[in-house]
This record gives sequence, C-alpha cells and structure tokens, in this order.
Amino acid sequence: MARVRGPGSRGDVAIASGEASFERVVLPHLDAAYNLARWLMRDSEAAEDVLQEAMVRALTYFASFKGVNPRARLLQIVRNQAYSSLALNRGVATVPIAEESDLPAAAELVSCDDNPEAALLRSRESRQVRALVAALPVELRETLVLREFEECSYKEIAEATQTPIGTVMSRLWRARQLLAQAAAAEGLS
Amino acid sequence: MSDPLMSQGPACEKVLLVQAELDGELDAAQAAALEIHRAQCPVCQAAQAELLRARALLRAEPYEMTPDDVRTRVMARLRRAEPQIAPAPRRARWSWAWLRGPGLGFGLGAACAAALSLLILLPEHGDLTDAIVADHIRALQPGHLEDVVSTDQHTVKPWFDGRIDFAPPVRDFAAEGYPLKGGRLDYLDNRPVAALVYQRDKHIIDLYVWPESGAGPHLAGDTSIQGYNVVHWTQSGMNFWAVSDVERGQLDDFANLWKKAPP
Repeated sequence: MARVRGPGSRGDVAIASGEASFERVVLPHLDAAYNLARWLMRDSEAAEDVLQEAMVRALTYFASFKGVNPRARLLQIVRNQAYSSLALNRGVATVPIAEESDLPAAAELVSCDDNPEAALLRSRESRQVRALVAALPVELRETLVLREFEECSYKEIAEATQTPIGTVMSRLWRARQLLAQAAAAEGLS
Repeated sequence: MSDPLMSQGPACEKVLLVQAELDGELDAAQAAALEIHRAQCPVCQAAQAELLRARALLRAEPYEMTPDDVRTRVMARLRRAEPQIAPAPRRARWSWAWLRGPGLGFGLGAACAAALSLLILLPEHGDLTDAIVADHIRALQPGHLEDVVSTDQHTVKPWFDGRIDFAPPVRDFAAEGYPLKGGRLDYLDNRPVAALVYQRDKHIIDLYVWPESGAGPHLAGDTSIQGYNVVHWTQSGMNFWAVSDVERGQLDDFANLWKKAPP
C-alpha cells in the first residue's frame, strides 16, 4: 500500500517516527472514542472516566495498534473499558438518560433556526430519538451508534465489538427495527 | 406493532442484504443482483423503506464532539503519562502533529504548521496517487473545496471554459445519491486539471479529470491511502481519478455510474 510521503531527505526520520506516533495514529479518533463512551455509559461523567482510562490504556498498549485499523482498535478499548465500568456499577446502566441539561442539541438547534417553534419541535424530537437509542440494549446500541454516528464499516464494527460480521448485521437490523417501531409508537416521523 | 414485517423479523432472507446495500457494504455486482431481487420482493421493498426511516431519524442528529474541557483533561492525563504528547487534532483524519520533528521546532503557529503540512504532503516527484490523495486532503481544508459552487452541471461545465485547455465532462448523480457540489481547478501530473466535487452522505468525493496524455498508465491504480480510497479509470480519452473516504464499494459504485453514462 502506498503512503503519503514527504520530501525524502529531511522528512524520512520525522515521518517514519511520526507515522507510527500516538498523535498520528490514535488521537485523530478521540471524538469517536468519546462518542462511543458517551452512548455506552449514558452519563457524561461516567463517559469521561471511561474515555480517560481508555486513552491511557491505548497509550500503554500502543504497540497493539500496529497493523490493525486504529479506530476500530481504539473503539474496542473504549468498549472494553465501558463494559467493565458498567459491570462494576450496574446501577448506572439502568438509570434513564436524556435529562434536558444533558443534551446540547436543544440550544444549538434553536439558535440556528429562523422559526423557533419548528426548532423547539425539532429539539424535542431530537431528544426523543436520543432517548430511544439510549434505551436500546447495550449490544444493539453500540452497533447502531458505531454504524450511524461513526459511520464504521461492518468490518470495523466487528473488530471494535469483537463480534462476527453476521452478528453485527443482525444486531444492526434488530436495533433499527426496534428504533423504527418505538419511533412510530411515539409518533415520530 | 402494526407492521408485521418488522415485528416478526425478517420474512425474506435477503433483507440483511438490503441493509448491507444501504450501509454501503455491497459491491456493484452484488448491488445489481439485489436490485433484481428487490424489484419483485415486497418484503425487501418494505424493509428498505423501514431502514430508510430508521436512518433518517438518526442522520438528523448532530454529531457530538468531545467537549473542550474533556479534551483538555484527557490530554493532560496523557501528557502526565507521556510528556511528549502533542495536542489532539479535532476530528481530522490526519494531523500535522508529526511535523514536530527536530528540524521544524515547536514554535510554529497552527496556521503555519497547516501550510507547511500541505507542502509536505505534496510529494516532490512521487507517485501520482499520493499527490491526488494529498490534493484531496488539502481541498478538505475550510474554503478550499470548490471554486464554483453549483449543483447544476450546466453551471459547472461552462465555468471551466477559458480556465482550462479542455472541456471536462460534468455530470450530476443526485438521483443516484451522489449530488454534484461544484468544481475547482487543481494542478496534478504537471498540468491543470478539473476537480469535480460530489457529496455522498457526509463524505466528499473529489473526481479529478484531465485528458489522457498517452504517456502510458500510471503506476498505482485503485488503492487506499490513509483511509482514503482511490479509483482510477480512463474513458472517452480522459483520465479519471476519484478519491474519497467513502467505503470502497460506494466509490466503485460512483465510478460505475460514470462508466455507464453516455459519452
């Protein structure tokens, strides 16, 4: 596989080390890691704890990123961290999320829309949709979030969740089915 | 629920393929085969409608970026573990943090570093594929994407007149899911080329077009560089290079739309 290269003489050393550096390989996926932690933990503080631990772990075991898809590998670490955290604090997992203050979407939507009523409606819908996703069983939720919000391929999801691709496909199917049903039940278009 | 299909689970074994197509996981041949099946399978048609509804619900949601304070705390924690860690780039597929080599020093401002990284990403005499990916990355910088912004091929095509020494074919594939966003001029392979900008969902596809020089085939063809897929073909005497971070299957699909289009 070809690579983007810098001018030969000066660049080689810096880029060789740079290409494999933590900054270059792992940090670009920080948002993805945060997002997954956020959806798995359904609580912003717990999500940050998971993210912190996962990033330190990624740094510690940076060698394990060699030759694998770095985003999938990082998401896998986040997921494992989240699962052990959920197992430790079973209570947290069952607390319903989507407290109003938790959803920055509302303010954003109002500010960027001419019509406040429509914006309010949309932010309410957005809250409902998020609550519906949050209510999905965790293995369906993570699969759906990785696909729809992170736009991971099936292969990446399979790697991140350590699940066969066939299972990824059926989980994705079930997640969408449940989401569509629940949305219809709540009158969401 | 009122929908028997969704409450009883897949009533046709091919619904997971319908889903896979929606997710960009099928190649053109598989998609074509599915199309034939779906045309006569009401279960798959209903499944597709349902999947599109589920997707529409989610696609309207804004992406949640890491809040600045969280990012700062994570970076502080990482630097305690490993002091030389540079700041995290924001949701970019590449970073210029690696530029902080000994030769460059640490005092460069972000703008300066960005400008430098663009130069360094352009190879001196290297592989055309690398140059194309580098150009695509450069174009994704704010304000660089299009020189002429129009979804109308009849606006984009004349725009190139007088700016370039050939008439590039311009097509809009909005109906197929690849709307034209605009065009710009670029310089590749030691000549000015036309770059057409398309969108696929949230992704940008750059299509570079210029006349075949007869200099023989370029070294690298379809490949993947740093997460960007590249597809190359020639058609009607023109070189075509499509580059994007969309899935390979979608980029192939896009290329096939072009190849099938009447000259």
